[in-house]
Amino acid sequence: MRREFCESASEIVRNNENAALLLGDIGVFGFRQVLSEFPLRAINIGILEQSMVGVAAGFSLAGFTPIVHTIAPFMVERALEQIKIDFGYQRLAGNFVSVGASFDYAALGCTHHCPADISILSDIPGTNLFIPGTAGEFEHLFRSNWNNGKLNYFRLSENVNSVSYISKSKLQLVKSGESATVIVVGPILDRVIESTKNLDLDLIYLNNLGPEELDFSGIEIKGKKVVIIEPYYSGPVLQRMSSYLELNDLRVLQIGIPRKFLTNYGTPEEHYSSLGFAPRDLYQRIKGFIGD
Amino acid sequence: MRTKSQVYTPPVRNSAGAESDLTKLRIAILEAASIAREGHVPSALSILNILYCIFLEDLKEFDLEPRDFNFILSKGHASLGLYAVLAKAKFFSEGWIHEFGKFNSDFGGHPDRNKVNGVLASTGSLGHGLPMGVGMALAHKARASKETVIVLIGDGELNEGSNWESLLIAHHHALSNLIVIIDQNQSSERAIKMEYLLEKLNAFGMQTSEIDGHDHQQIISTLFLNESKTPKVVIANTTKGFGVREMENNPAWHHASPTAEQFLVFVKELQK
Repeated sequence: MRREFCESASEIVRNNENAALLLGDIGVFGFRQVLSEFPLRAINIGILEQSMVGVAAGFSLAGFTPIVHTIAPFMVERALEQIKIDFGYQRLAGNFVSVGASFDYAALGCTHHCPADISILSDIPGTNLFIPGTAGEFEHLFRSNWNNGKLNYFRLSENVNSVSYISKSKLQLVKSGESATVIVVGPILDRVIESTKNLDLDLIYLNNLGPEELDFSGIEIKGKKVVIIEPYYSGPVLQRMSSYLELNDLRVLQIGIPRKFLTNYGTPEEHYSSLGFAPRDLYQRIKGFIGD
Repeated sequence: MRTKSQVYTPPVRNSAGAESDLTKLRIAILEAASIAREGHVPSALSILNILYCIFLEDLKEFDLEPRDFNFILSKGHASLGLYAVLAKAKFFSEGWIHEFGKFNSDFGGHPDRNKVNGVLASTGSLGHGLPMGVGMALAHKARASKETVIVLIGDGELNEGSNWESLLIAHHHALSNLIVIIDQNQSSERAIKMEYLLEKLNAFGMQTSEIDGHDHQQIISTLFLNESKTPKVVIANTTKGFGVREMENNPAWHHASPTAEQFLVFVKELQK
């Protein structure tokens, strides 16, 4: 996915004189060509995330569409106020593309984890949230949205699914069933498909949370039971279903990354397993909830 | 590249026309604050001469041609001063005085770019204006545009690390199209004193100047006369509450607004 980001963003910078790329000293090798070709608007700005976001806002004020890239916690958590005020409040266009996701840098420890990014950015009104599950999904979402005049956040992940789901519809049906509806976000789709293969339920996939409530018109939550599985702190999908929930008497199970400091190292897969995201564990939790 | 500081002396009195305008602007600031019972009046008064020179002063009197510039008021709490000057410059009507701070008003205690004509950036949280100004200056360079970016920040605001980060960027990219004005009105005295400020800025590679921030000749000369190959930082020594004796350097007035009676007393003083 990171390679796809380098290719897409480099091409965008080459072909659009109003595109600007700002790196927080991350991804510099991958972008070396475009940094060298367009030194005035493709810049490794340095390790100063607050100012990097402010500088991006300055580019946006001057009519450019900036693409900002660094590791998720340093972008979203350190420079949150700059994203909120300089872009959100000022209604400026900009693209924030993070790496690291919840714990892709597992071996580097908690300082590089960011399971809170999606719930934090959900609280900045008007922010488009993209959580692609494959490089192909990223390419589609990025190329079709980078210049939409909005504040966009793209969450790159190392963990990817085997199949890309590319559709105009945000809610994409992966499989049909009757006893419940499972909604899963981004790069954990494969493990949820595996965990629910013997369960009779609807499986809906999301990689674009948009800026506001999801449109559930025409979608029936089977058995009045919904399971929401997110690869970050749970909550943003439920937040985007509040009007639907108000009108429908549903039971809800949310599965997300637990809100605790993950002080182990190792690999992302070891973290997923220890946090109940192994297919067998997911199966048990979902089965227990729907009562099959 | 490290550059030497330039100190402009001696002060030159402002023209009678400018002084007459400034009196009216000070009264407008006081009146708006008095009606709304809101606003940071002393901070607005400390930067009024600077804003006047940027937006209203006749540059031809100084043998200068008007220039294209972008202005960001980073110390957004001084919005009263900006509104007064922008209204005088015909960005909007004088009606703002009666609208300031009201629920449905466009004119708040901090300026909103999406509401107020002439306001380039919405500010209020300190330390945001300079990074945006640096970004604009970089963008102008990328487009080979000749516009200059002027960012006005407070001395207390310099506590924010984002300013120093941005100076690093500005120097690294040799942003000669960036002018930073520091309103040195001693606001930082009660917390972290900005001692050796000139030396600090010189060490960051800025072309520095220290001027009387109420003297138009010095302001204009420093902002518009001297070309620079590096970012320019002007330390403008000002007096908080300048022009209203009761308010001058009086911390009690930092976020206080005059009553109707006090307003009349201040107007009388200003019109003497």
